[in-house]
Amino acid sequence: MTDMTEDDIRAEARAWLTENWDPERGLVEWRNILIDSGWGVPHWPEEWHGRGLPVGMTPVVEEEFDKLGAVGVAKMGIRTLAAATILEHGTDLHKQRFLRGILTGEETWCQLFSEPGSGSDLAGAVTRADFQGGKWIINGQKVWNTSAHHADFGLLLARTDWDAVKHQGLSYFLLDMRQPGVQVHQLKQMNGHASFNQVFFTDAVVEPEYQIGGLGEGWKVATTTLMHERRGADGVRRYATGSDRPGRIYEEERAEVATVMAPYVWYPQRTGRADLLIERAKAAGRWDDPAVRQEVAKALTLARTAEWTARRAREAQQMGLPQGPEGSIGKLAASIVARACAKAHTMIAGPDAMLTGEDDGTDGVVAEILVSTPAISIAGGTDEIQRNIISERILSMPKEARYDTDRPFRDVPRNQVG
Amino acid sequence: MKFSFSEEQTEFRNMLRRFLQDRSPTAELRRVSETEAGYDPEIWRAMAEDLGVTAIHIPEAYGGAGFGVSELAIAAEEAGRALLPSPFFGSTVLAATAIAEAGTEAQKRALLPGIASGRTVAALAAAEPGAGWNADAFAANAESDGDSWRLRGRKSYVLDGMAADLVVAAARLPDGGLGLFSLPADSAGLARRPLQSMDPTRRLAEMTLDDAQADLLGGPEAGGSAWARTLDIAAVCLAGEMVGGAERLREDALEYVSMRMQFGRSIASFQVTKHKAADMLLEVELAKAAAYYAAAAADDDEEVDQPLTALASLAKAAASDAYMQTAIHAVQMHGGIGFTHDNDTQLWFKRAKASEVFLGSAADHRERMLQHWNA
Repeated sequence: MTDMTEDDIRAEARAWLTENWDPERGLVEWRNILIDSGWGVPHWPEEWHGRGLPVGMTPVVEEEFDKLGAVGVAKMGIRTLAAATILEHGTDLHKQRFLRGILTGEETWCQLFSEPGSGSDLAGAVTRADFQGGKWIINGQKVWNTSAHHADFGLLLARTDWDAVKHQGLSYFLLDMRQPGVQVHQLKQMNGHASFNQVFFTDAVVEPEYQIGGLGEGWKVATTTLMHERRGADGVRRYATGSDRPGRIYEEERAEVATVMAPYVWYPQRTGRADLLIERAKAAGRWDDPAVRQEVAKALTLARTAEWTARRAREAQQMGLPQGPEGSIGKLAASIVARACAKAHTMIAGPDAMLTGEDDGTDGVVAEILVSTPAISIAGGTDEIQRNIISERILSMPKEARYDTDRPFRDVPRNQVG
Repeated sequence: MKFSFSEEQTEFRNMLRRFLQDRSPTAELRRVSETEAGYDPEIWRAMAEDLGVTAIHIPEAYGGAGFGVSELAIAAEEAGRALLPSPFFGSTVLAATAIAEAGTEAQKRALLPGIASGRTVAALAAAEPGAGWNADAFAANAESDGDSWRLRGRKSYVLDGMAADLVVAAARLPDGGLGLFSLPADSAGLARRPLQSMDPTRRLAEMTLDDAQADLLGGPEAGGSAWARTLDIAAVCLAGEMVGGAERLREDALEYVSMRMQFGRSIASFQVTKHKAADMLLEVELAKAAAYYAAAAADDDEEVDQPLTALASLAKAAASDAYMQTAIHAVQMHGGIGFTHDNDTQLWFKRAKASEVFLGSAADHRERMLQHWNA
C-alpha cells in the first residue's frame, strides 16, 4: 500500500468515490460504507478501518472528497482525541467497541482531565478510582469539560495509587457517561456562554476491561491525548465549514457541525477582533481622535506581528530549518494581542463599553470581546505556564523548584478546598 | 518567502557578524567613539573595499552591487547588533538612497560611485528643530539661481553630518513642493557644527544654510516621492538595526543573570526574572518579524497586502518600542552594575534612546502607518 504514488492513491480514491458516493444516503449509512472501504481514515491501520497510508496522503484523499462534495467520517470535537488515544494505547476490545462509533458520529466523547484543584497542574488530579468488588469505583469532580453534557463516553484521568509519586499514581479510563453516578452541570462563564461543564462522580462505575494503558500509566496515556489536542487545535476550525448544499446527508452533517461548534461561537471574540477596529472606530465617529488612533495602531501592530511571526515559523519549518524561538511564542503573543484589542475597542466604544446586547450599538459583539478576551491568557496553558516553558526550554533558564515529585502523592501539599 | 533568508544572505550576515566581532568589539567601539571623527576610518575602508557594505543596494550602473533593501537591512541589523560606529546609516542608507531615488541619470552617475566605494561619505540634511522628519513642516527653502539653486535654512540631527564630504539637503521649492539638493560639504554658505550626541556612537550635526549653492536632484517634481521612499527605506533599515541591537541586549542580559548568584541561588532561577526574559524574547521576535516583512515589501510590494509606507512605519514603531523596553529590562536585570559607565549595557541603552526618536517617534510612525493603511 505504502509504495503507491500520490497519483495512484488519488486515482484509486476518486474511482472508489465515483462508484460509491451517494448524497441521498443517510449520514450514518454512508459513513459505515466509507469505514468499510478504508477511505474514511486512510492513514489508520488496515485492520482498523484504514488503509495504512502515510499520514501525509490524507490531504490528498480529502481533496478528492472535496471535489465531489463527499461527506467524510466524523472528525470534529473530542472524538478525534479519543480515537487517537484508543488507537495508540487501547486493547482490541477498546478498538472493536469504540472506533466505529467515533467515525460514524453516533457516539460522542468528552475529556475528563482538569479539576477545580488542578488546572495548569493536570497531574495533580485527585478524582479517585478505587478497585472494589471487581470494578473501578469513581468519586470526585472534573471541570472545563467541553461537550460533556451530551457526551456518551469520557476520557477519564483518575488517581489509583496515593502512595506512588504524583505522575505514577494516575490511571486512564474509558467511562460511560450515561450512568447514575455521573452528573453533568453546565458551567456558565463570565461572558454568559456555557461552553464547558462540571462533571461530578458519585460511585460511578468503570468495568476493569475499560481501563486503558496499565495501572499507574495514566499520565503516559494522557500525554498522547494532550499531544493530539495541541496538534488539532486548528483542525477544529478547519472542519467547521459544513457544506451548504441541499440534501439529507448534508443536513445531517450540518446538524452535527452545529452541535460540536456550539461551544466555540464566542471564540473569535476572545482573540480581540483586530479586524473590526478600524471599521468600529469609523462607525463610532472616533477615527479622528489621535488617542484612539494610537491604540488602534498599537493593536493592529501586535496582531500583524504575531501573524507574521507564525508565518516566519512555518517558513522555517518548510525550509527544514531547526525550530527557532518564533515557533513557541504564539500562545503568549495571542494574549497580548487580545488585551491590546480590548483596550482599543474600549476607547472606541467610550461610554457604550458599559452596555451590552442590543444597546451597545454592535449587537453585543464589542461587549462580548471585552468580556471574552480574559479567556485567551488562561485556556490551553496560562501565560504564566507559557513564560515558564519559553524561559526553560528556549532560554535554558533553571527549572522551577518542585515539591511534588520526590514524595508519595499523599504527602504533597494541595488545596484545602476544591 | 518573506521571513527566511537565502544561503547567500545568511552567508553575508555571518561574514559581517564575524568581521564586526573581530574588528569592532566593545572595547574598540568605546575607544573609537571618544575620538573626534567618531569612527575608525580603517574599519570603514575594510567594510567598503573588502565587504562591499557601502555598495549593497546601489545599482551596478552606479558602481554598486545591485542588491536590495533586504540585504541592506541585514547589514543594518548586524551593525546595530555590534553597535558599530560608522557613517553606514548616514551615508549608505540615508544619503545614497535619497540620491538614487531623486537624482537624474547624470547625477546618479556623478554622485553614487563615490558613495558606493566608501571614499565619499554623504549625509542627508532633512530634519529641522521644529519639524522633526515631517517634510510638510520643513522651513528651509530654495531659490532658483540660473542653473543652480540657493538654499537657506537650518537643518539639525544630521546623522554623520561632520564626517560628510557630500550633503543632500531637503528644502522647500518656490511652489511649495519639496526639493532634494546636493552640495559639497565645504560649500560656501554651509556652516556645520557637531551636536553633543547623547549616544556617542551616533554622531549628529547641525547645518546652517545661508545662500549655499546646490544642485536640485531630479526635476522639481522628484523630491516629494523620493523623500517618502527614502524615509520608508530608512525606517525599514532602522527597524533592522534596532532589532539587531535589542537582540544583543537581550542575549547579554540573559547571560548575566545566568551567572549572577544572590541568596544562594542563580537569579535566573527566579520566576520574575524568567518571565521578564520570556517577555523580552517575545517583544524582540515580534519586532523582528515586522522588520523582515517590511524589508521584503521594500524589494517586492506585489505580494504584500499593505503599502510599503504603512509597513515601514509599523516596523519602525514596533522596533523602537521593543528596543527601548529591552534596554530598560536589560539595565534592570544587571542591577547596580547596569547603571555604571563601565558596563556595556548603557551603550546600547543610549542607542535605543536615540533610535526611539530618530526619523520620528513611535507615535509619529503609528500615525503615518494608519494614514497609509489598507483597511
